[in-house]
Amino acid sequence: MAEPPVPTDLTGRLRSLTQARIALARTGQSLTTGALLDFELAHARARDAVHARLDVDALRAAIPGRALVVVRSRADDRTTYLQRPDLGRLLDRGDAARLAPAGAALAIVIGDGLSAIAVQRHAAPLVEALVARLADWSIAPIVVAHHARVALGDEIGAALGVDLVVMLIGERPGLSAPDSLGAYLTWAPRRGRRDSERNCVSNIRPPHGLGYRAAADRIGWLAERARAIRLTGVDLKDESPPAADLPRLPGDR
Amino acid sequence: MRYRFDLGGTRHGFDDLRHLLAVASPPRSGDALAGLAAESAEQRVAARYVLADLSLSTFLDELVIPYEADEVSRLIVDGHDAEAFAAIAHLTVGGLRDWLLSNEADGAAIAAVARGLTPEMVAAVSKLMRNQDLIAVARKIRIVTAFRDTIGLAGRLSVRLQPNHPTDDPAGIAASVLDGLLLGSGDAVIGINPAGDSVEAAATLLQLLDDVRQAYAIPTQSCVLTHVTNTLRLVERGAPVDLCFQSIAGTQAANAGFGIDLALLDEAHDATLSLRRGTVGHDVMYFETGQGSALSADAHHGVDQQTLECRAYAVARAFRPLLVNSVVGFIGPEYLYDGKQILRAALEDHCCGKLLGLPMGLDICYTNHAEADQDDMDSILTLLGVAGVNFVMGVPGADDIMLNYQSTSFHDALYLRETLGLRPAPEFEAWLGSAGLLGPDGRISGGPPALSHRAIPALARLDG
Repeated sequence: MAEPPVPTDLTGRLRSLTQARIALARTGQSLTTGALLDFELAHARARDAVHARLDVDALRAAIPGRALVVVRSRADDRTTYLQRPDLGRLLDRGDAARLAPAGAALAIVIGDGLSAIAVQRHAAPLVEALVARLADWSIAPIVVAHHARVALGDEIGAALGVDLVVMLIGERPGLSAPDSLGAYLTWAPRRGRRDSERNCVSNIRPPHGLGYRAAADRIGWLAERARAIRLTGVDLKDESPPAADLPRLPGDR
Repeated sequence: MRYRFDLGGTRHGFDDLRHLLAVASPPRSGDALAGLAAESAEQRVAARYVLADLSLSTFLDELVIPYEADEVSRLIVDGHDAEAFAAIAHLTVGGLRDWLLSNEADGAAIAAVARGLTPEMVAAVSKLMRNQDLIAVARKIRIVTAFRDTIGLAGRLSVRLQPNHPTDDPAGIAASVLDGLLLGSGDAVIGINPAGDSVEAAATLLQLLDDVRQAYAIPTQSCVLTHVTNTLRLVERGAPVDLCFQSIAGTQAANAGFGIDLALLDEAHDATLSLRRGTVGHDVMYFETGQGSALSADAHHGVDQQTLECRAYAVARAFRPLLVNSVVGFIGPEYLYDGKQILRAALEDHCCGKLLGLPMGLDICYTNHAEADQDDMDSILTLLGVAGVNFVMGVPGADDIMLNYQSTSFHDALYLRETLGLRPAPEFEAWLGSAGLLGPDGRISGGPPALSHRAIPALARLDG
């Protein structure tokens, strides 16, 4: 798919106003072949993202010099994972014992979530930026979790005995964004925490979404605030300064 | 065990009506997630045998959620029309299925008993129905509503034009609206799901839609799908509110999760009605529902998701809605796993809503982690067209860039109208003709756009 030329006709100018699939060519009542295939490609990429398996070796190579502990949820396979979010929130029975209290204040968990592709593309550089930003935090060994939902971080964080868990997880792919990474912060993690007790930084996917430095800054700000008020969630208002490397559209205020 | 059935030496027992209804349901992931699904295929059929022989009056005596505990239960019981029920009071659930399919039960006969049917009776009978039964019965029933045009007439298919934009950008939204109008969409409603939640933003979008409608003199209605409390404030400040939108569910607790109760809906209905903005009718409510919403709010009371969906329809029918829309595949694969389950749910929701007297439309849709694709949507769309669905969604290219899911497109609606010989709402169809959007063959014209973008202030910069 080549970048479209600068539109000169009305249809092209109309189309330039939105990412929505407008002014599509029509044959009879139906889409013409080009538009049909464009849609199929976008959907195919989203489907591949959902079903991709996290390549831990590649992740290990991309995060040199740090021990990775690999765990899994109780969802044994992708089909179970998609139908049983409750199992994706529970640590596999054998794995809890492998996560001993680390004497650290903060844990970073990397979970595949609904897009292993997002994790593969963005987790390692984000971890690097995070570790630099969180220089005054003691950080537990990084945990990588297969078939993970956000709340799996609670049990992992509790086992590691940390104050704060930062879960980096692949978000549900949209047609235009199959590789969006989210970061969820939970203070005093333990099983049964509600989503309203977390803070989230979403759409981390440079160059189209939030950049690594900007994401790390915002996560760092939230982490410091959480440490000060000893909680995360709806009572921790994100008042972090606006991100510098967030792409801006011309005319945005 | 209140209910029992013996099959080849195996005794199948069911604790109560809730248990029986849940086990009798066709398989779906949400009931499995809730731990309510049948443990075996045989157990499911055993439950259906029991259900088939159950008298309809059982449902008046045994509530799935207690009267004292839930205002939706109270609405169902207090609103039951014993006179309308009298004609079918002697029937079992199986007998009701046979009657609905009989030649004697035409649309008028079914409409005459609608207020005597409770949601649980309707849910129960649907569990005994095959997909073709759900289509055949729904097709008999026309539920016609009106505001600035008339929706739901026989031989008609209306479309909600859904021009969402991730930042509510007026020009982006206006571009999608114009595209949809040029393709004959928008006769059900032009309705935006706003990205932001503020009353201010909603007011801006409402004004934008009202400007477009007036500029082209379109006989349709607009809506910003914001919370009912926001709509109340919009009415107060004089914004051009045609319709009042709200998501609803089948239990008081799930509705509380949506931040609503029946009294609040009543207040919003009255406020919207007081504006008297309709021309050919005054149906002002637009409700959205979807199987699984109660479970996801942890408010399901051990009742299966399809029965709860029918209870949401009891809420809807208390307010004479213009549009009721089941957003069937939006909730994700943990509730409806694949195309087969989404199809089944779509046909159930459409048929059950119509049986209860509602103007049912469907957002035929899926998310990218569901085991479904556009082929599944084509099948569901076609079957719902045959079943006589009042309206479907028109999303540019079927790709909603704000809500990140796939629905049906303007083109899909054209396909369905063409293939099944369906036409837009009559007032809207006349407008399409007078605005020059139809070719000599009555189809949407393939010529240059007949609507000038210059009439829309938000598109003014196209010329700059």
